[in-house]
Amino acid sequence: MTMSFSENAHPGAGTAFDRGTWTPILGLATREVFEIMLGTSLQDPSAAKDERRMEFTALVGLAGSLCGVLSIRCSNASARIMASKMLGMPPDQVDNDCLDALGEIANMIAGNFKGKLSGVGNHCMLSVPTIIVGSDYHTHSVADGNSIEANFEFEQLPMCVTLEMHE
Amino acid sequence: MSQIRALIVDDSSVMRKIVERSLRQAGLDLSSVIEAGNGAEALGLLDTNLVDLILSDINMPVMDGLEFVRQVQTVEKLRNIPVVMITTEGSESNVVQALSLGAKGYIRKPFTPDQVKEHVLPVLGL
Repeated sequence: MTMSFSENAHPGAGTAFDRGTWTPILGLATREVFEIMLGTSLQDPSAAKDERRMEFTALVGLAGSLCGVLSIRCSNASARIMASKMLGMPPDQVDNDCLDALGEIANMIAGNFKGKLSGVGNHCMLSVPTIIVGSDYHTHSVADGNSIEANFEFEQLPMCVTLEMHE
Repeated sequence: MSQIRALIVDDSSVMRKIVERSLRQAGLDLSSVIEAGNGAEALGLLDTNLVDLILSDINMPVMDGLEFVRQVQTVEKLRNIPVVMITTEGSESNVVQALSLGAKGYIRKPFTPDQVKEHVLPVLGL
């Protein structure tokens, strides 16, 4: 799969989809957002992820030189803790702000990720986030492509960030 | 430091709260903070509210931050209010466009309170 963005991408980012290079960049982009905005370090996953515990999904579309969807999936409890850390309030006082917070986190991860791929940022736009509540769903892309995934533990709960690229 | 009246424009209510907290952590004495979810709503608020500082996202529904800055510059009583963009759309072209339209500063998300301080205080002459 050949991407159409600028030829002058920095070494390491590459000008074509490269799972080996892009997966750690996605991981780094995610870790930075959590460290800067939530003051929390993400941990590596200690067990296989349990999809049933990931009831919340935030989606952000990318269009332009990178075309696809970035998603972050986590549990209800995780989303509440994320919002509480962002807002500086106890988790039990967080209401629907947890959906808004998760969307903003997805937005920042997508922006941070594309910013780390030199030559991409100027030619790739982000959509406003969409939130899905519930875990029993499947997404079907109209265009086949590649995907990369970064798994973490946030406060001992599983969290997954996925980037699905469209060709 | 004199009291500052701020307008925060972002479609995320969580982000508006974070920006307000960051302004206070930067040492600003905020006498009032008004919030809008998009550029059109912000222009409506500016009809009846005086502010000293505007912080605006770019990616918003209805009216985005770049169009909002452009419209602010067309209104005589508003054009001297410093506007600082706070956005994930941190590409060089967006920065150049925002500054050429009249924004006085640019902060990329994710951001630290120190970065808010570094970019906001100078535009207020502090």
